[in-house]
Amino acid sequence: MTDSNNKWEYAPSLEGTKHIQLKDKYDLFIDGKWVKPSSNKYFDSINPANEEKLAEIAWASESDVDLAVKAARKAYVEVWSVMKPSERAKYIFRIARLMQEHARELAVIETLDGGKPIRESRDIDVPLACNHFFYYAGWADKLQDAFPHRNIQSLGVAGQIIPWNFPLLMAAWKIAPALAAGNTVVLKPAESTSLTALKLAEIIEASGLPAGVVNIITGHGDTGAAIVNHPDIDKIAFTGSTAVGKLIQKAVAGTAKKVSLELGGKSANIVLEDAPIDQAVEGIVNGIFFNQGHVCCAGSRLYVQESIADELVRKLKQRMQSLYVGNPLDKNTDIGAINSKEQLETIEKYVKIGINEGAEMFQVACEIPGKGFYFRPTIFTNVAQSSVISQEEIFGPVLTVQTFRTIDEVIQKANNSPYGLAAGVWSDKGSRIFNLTSKLRAGVIWANTYNKFDPASPFGGYKESGFGREGGLHGLEAYLK
Amino acid sequence: MTAQKNQFSEVPFSTTIDKVGVEERISRFQTRSIKGPSKIQGLFMVLSMIDLTTLEGKDTPNKVRQMCYKAQHLHDVYDGLPTVAAVCVYPSMVNVAREVLKDSPIKIASVSTAFPSGQAPFEVKKIDTQFAIDAGADEIDMVISRGKFLAGEHEFVFDEIAAIKEICGSKRLKVILETGELATLDQVRRASDIAIHAGADFIKTSTGKIQPAATMQVTFTMLMAIRDHFDRTGKMVGMKPAGGISTSKLALHNLVMVNEILGEAWLTNEWFRFGASSLANDVLMQYMKQVTGKYQSADYFTID
Repeated sequence: MTDSNNKWEYAPSLEGTKHIQLKDKYDLFIDGKWVKPSSNKYFDSINPANEEKLAEIAWASESDVDLAVKAARKAYVEVWSVMKPSERAKYIFRIARLMQEHARELAVIETLDGGKPIRESRDIDVPLACNHFFYYAGWADKLQDAFPHRNIQSLGVAGQIIPWNFPLLMAAWKIAPALAAGNTVVLKPAESTSLTALKLAEIIEASGLPAGVVNIITGHGDTGAAIVNHPDIDKIAFTGSTAVGKLIQKAVAGTAKKVSLELGGKSANIVLEDAPIDQAVEGIVNGIFFNQGHVCCAGSRLYVQESIADELVRKLKQRMQSLYVGNPLDKNTDIGAINSKEQLETIEKYVKIGINEGAEMFQVACEIPGKGFYFRPTIFTNVAQSSVISQEEIFGPVLTVQTFRTIDEVIQKANNSPYGLAAGVWSDKGSRIFNLTSKLRAGVIWANTYNKFDPASPFGGYKESGFGREGGLHGLEAYLK
Repeated sequence: MTAQKNQFSEVPFSTTIDKVGVEERISRFQTRSIKGPSKIQGLFMVLSMIDLTTLEGKDTPNKVRQMCYKAQHLHDVYDGLPTVAAVCVYPSMVNVAREVLKDSPIKIASVSTAFPSGQAPFEVKKIDTQFAIDAGADEIDMVISRGKFLAGEHEFVFDEIAAIKEICGSKRLKVILETGELATLDQVRRASDIAIHAGADFIKTSTGKIQPAATMQVTFTMLMAIRDHFDRTGKMVGMKPAGGISTSKLALHNLVMVNEILGEAWLTNEWFRFGASSLANDVLMQYMKQVTGKYQSADYFTID
């Protein structure tokens, strides 16, 4: 009776791309104008789902960075810092509304450029990015209420460098609070995902925001370094790898620059024996496979209480079988393309290490497209705390599973990491949750859920996961003296 | 099915259920893309899984006759449509349905055990069930004693189901939990486990007389119980959401859920049914739209 011919395939449903407008070549957005890079150098941005070229992106040099910082300084001194806060708010609201109007286009471009499933860019990235602008627009004329008994002063020019995993969302996280607090901005998106930041520049241009308040320049690591080392920048905000974060920290030591760093993670997702197991399985899946695991706060270390471990792992494997891996533009797709070839190689390297370390690997036996960068959802059981794969950030759809017996043991193991960005706790009992959450050294802790974000909620890490908070009032304070 | 009798003490204590998480999971089933050939196949399956139902105090033999005719002739202007899986009536109407359906493959399901409230002495429930079987019912849709269940007398509920299953013999037993009265998903899960272990061939959400009825949350919870039972024992149990599923879209969302939780083996009317009175015509309208390209008004589909 179980072998039947009832196979029912869903219909492929590709999000259309006709409505999007992409230029062949993008210049730098400096002082409200589109400027050619002084070096005249451009690099290609490709679609990781099929390796096709999407556009050419300008490669900004040191002198372009200088131009952008000068424009930002001028706009800060002459316009933005002296503008009535309620007027500043209107501009930020306008940007938010224009983003909403372009939501569909932004979502499609985000998926084309970065490889994330359209379901995520449409339902999470873009709406959340808009909400960050709305949220901070509301604070712009209430700074004195937000921070009473203080003389509120903006910092000046903020240099902001963002990663490739949530390109538009990270741009919003950075730009919105900076503007609301009265600063001007020079922002550099990651080289593999510049397009939505450039679309945001077009939106900002259309919003009538005074020239120079937001400058968006593109390029590789050397462009980022030029921003970090520019003497006339008052604040560096960086989200990205811990290795680069350390370089930035060294570079700004001894200068007057303020810094906030949001770096890597190897976050623990802890399931206690009284947890709602089926929902925990869902949370584990969301925790590690959301955005192909390219999430700094991904729940990449799973700790399961011994008594339920077999059942939970069995159910997790079962659930993984119904994940759709494939074309990110397909609305059915749960897991899209790995962001770049380099990242795919990194993931493959770690998986090889895991196998050599003797861990047991399980991969979904699904088909993946022949062209483009894809990686099957993977879990490793029988992993030791000292395994490389349970210590280092893989930044891909790879989960390590360990078991534990007592609460003390799991607290120790969860905290036994150079990182401390996020954690998840699953239990039916409130008291156990609060006991754990008060002892875990992580900036964000979710209970009975994972990877939930809101503009009003601060986000940031402990230890090598960085310092400073983004989101909420904390995020605003990072842009005030 | 000659399984030895289970004991109440063998009913497992299942995991707790987090409603917020369930809702999140369900939202994912609702975004799968069902169109074109996939939609045609889905709607065809839905039609073949319907238990066409009339359970009114005002039911007359003639109404039942008409419904039985409709069950065999859903929309004769178009060839190749399936029939529904079954008709579902009160015990007093089973003989009428049998007269019309004779030896048609369409099953006759009878509600029993003092449907819908179940508030009758145990002896009466047994007589009710035996009466329906004697009149020619193929399947029995019993209700559990919700009062006893809510009072914590789970063993009583277990014994009642087991006793009714004994009367049913080889006739398939669907056990209605009336989830709208069970208040929490944890209770729904417990009732599902009890029903499955007491011998239910199908578990069914609702009588259709209480709101809310077959929400996706409760159907999800019951499907998980079936899944866990299958993983533990290798035995399949059927699922029947009933009440409140009146549109094709909702029915297809339910099918997606079955497909992803239980798998394709359950995508047949042997293991999955919809209890509904008005669903069939909506599915027919959508089906005809898919195959002919024309969307006709409700007047072109007979009501019964």
